[in-house]
Amino acid sequence: MNAPSKVDPNVRNFQINFGPQHPAAHGVLRLVLELDGEIVERVDPHIGLLHRGTEKLIETKTYLQAVPYFDRLDYVAPMNQEHAFCLAVERLLGIEVPRRGQLIRVLYSEIGRILSHMLNVTTQAMDCGALTPPLWGFEEREKLMVFYERASGSRMHAAYFRPGGVHQDLPVKLIEDIRDFIPYFLQVCDDLEGLLTDNRIFKQRNVDIGVVSLEDAFAWGFSGVMVRGSGAAWDLRKSQPYECYDELEFDIPIGKNCDNYDRYCIRMEEMRQSAHIMRQCCDLLLKEAGPVSAVDNKVVPPKRGEMKRSMEALIHHFKLYTEGFHVPAGEVYAAVEAPKGEFGVYLVADGTNKPYRCKIRAPGFAHLQAMDFLCRGYMLADVSAILGSLDIVFGEVDR
Amino acid sequence: MDETLNELGAHVKEALPGAIEDVVVAFGELTLVVSAPDVVKVLSFLRDDPSCKFVSFIDICGVDYPKRDNRFDVVYHLLSPTLNARVRIKVETDEATPVPSATPVFPGALWFEREAYDMYGILFSGHPELRRLLTDYGFDGHPLRKDFPTTGFVEVRYDDERKRVVYEPVKLAQEFRNFDFLSPWEGPDYVLPGDEKASAPKAG
Repeated sequence: MNAPSKVDPNVRNFQINFGPQHPAAHGVLRLVLELDGEIVERVDPHIGLLHRGTEKLIETKTYLQAVPYFDRLDYVAPMNQEHAFCLAVERLLGIEVPRRGQLIRVLYSEIGRILSHMLNVTTQAMDCGALTPPLWGFEEREKLMVFYERASGSRMHAAYFRPGGVHQDLPVKLIEDIRDFIPYFLQVCDDLEGLLTDNRIFKQRNVDIGVVSLEDAFAWGFSGVMVRGSGAAWDLRKSQPYECYDELEFDIPIGKNCDNYDRYCIRMEEMRQSAHIMRQCCDLLLKEAGPVSAVDNKVVPPKRGEMKRSMEALIHHFKLYTEGFHVPAGEVYAAVEAPKGEFGVYLVADGTNKPYRCKIRAPGFAHLQAMDFLCRGYMLADVSAILGSLDIVFGEVDR
Repeated sequence: MDETLNELGAHVKEALPGAIEDVVVAFGELTLVVSAPDVVKVLSFLRDDPSCKFVSFIDICGVDYPKRDNRFDVVYHLLSPTLNARVRIKVETDEATPVPSATPVFPGALWFEREAYDMYGILFSGHPELRRLLTDYGFDGHPLRKDFPTTGFVEVRYDDERKRVVYEPVKLAQEFRNFDFLSPWEGPDYVLPGDEKASAPKAG
């Protein structure tokens, strides 16, 4: 194609397909790569192989029925997605989540963050040739998913955050177990860092690879670790705090070299900070009691025990699970700091019991579109390292 | 919070006379309604003006209102890390009129505009490669339009005889159920079944 003129005219650029079935494609990504030798000339990602029409389906479901679709977007940190949708609905309805509900939400959002970062850090190491980190990391993920299961009944598709609060209160034993897990988990973080942080091969594959300046990062729509890696101290949990993040103590790690390795270091530190937040939440949850969801029975269904005694509760239950609640007309954009970046929900309500439009703004979508910009001029082997560091999950990219 | 947003909206309106049709602050969010040809001017002003600095590109999406003359809204979301504020820009268009592409201002608009084209058929002028993004290769129609059925028109399966994937018209074992929950006293503006005579002019 555009071969330099001095070389043999028979030598031409090479086009290869990376994926859709490739272990380093992190799902179903088809990358069409144009190579000049081993140098990447052009990257054309073809996505949509996991497109399920989530936004269309949400338009035909009631607000409560829409919640489980969010688990299936970024399926490595399900509750963080539900959180954004619940915040949007709550803002339109103008309801307040009680303090205990907020603490539980924060606790489980941070578990989600660890789930996601743990998967990303270890599989990025696997993309660079290390097999031990994923084996160690997945063991811890399994333990965290048991915490999901003990709260919601499901390891992944939780549907635990509901508009108004969370579905059920946590048992005391579960909170104690999460608290006891934290010191052990911090030890695991140290072990993982021992495997990777000073590892010569890991550094050779990641230092100074995938460099992106802060200006470019913002213009390309990057968020989360991708802008923090480029030096912006920008985290929605600090800058636009939702729930009770403003009362909790935690630090925002930022990078200065803007490369893959810095992003890895940030993710490791964020896991420790998340553990720190979880410990504070557990202590507070053990200390104080209270309702976990709003008491407005026009939005939040009554408890089962109540339904057996009160006619009104029974009517509310019936109405909420058939018709659902009506949301006043209006439009909001609610965003949370999901593990992968800013996960936003732009919700247009028309006063009925179904969303008129629910646009899901997934961070991975904005990150993946920059693949061409990020990979151009790097080697073929760097493509998988950069892809790993972008933290892509196809559930949310394709929706 | 709302006061700063009002001030910000007034500032933008003053700086760009004629481009901003309306400034709305609702639910603690600022919305600027912009005429379609001016959208690039507004976006670059919001990005470059020292008192705005909306440098972070967040989102572009379409919304369909089939009953309107200009049936589509194109909605832009921007974020200013300096002001710690968000802004929403709304532009109206129809199936045939293209909206100027935001890609020269924000390279991140590339896929978001492709998605809006794919899902709604909204056209963007000046976009480097406005082709389908999320739907299947060779897909027909724009699935997020309100007149596109949720079940779609075709389904795929692997045909063992022909040894390839084949496309067939959708066959449903059960009709897709979309219940109408509007209160018969308040919501619907259609005639209820069995109620035809009530609104008809009386005979004789």
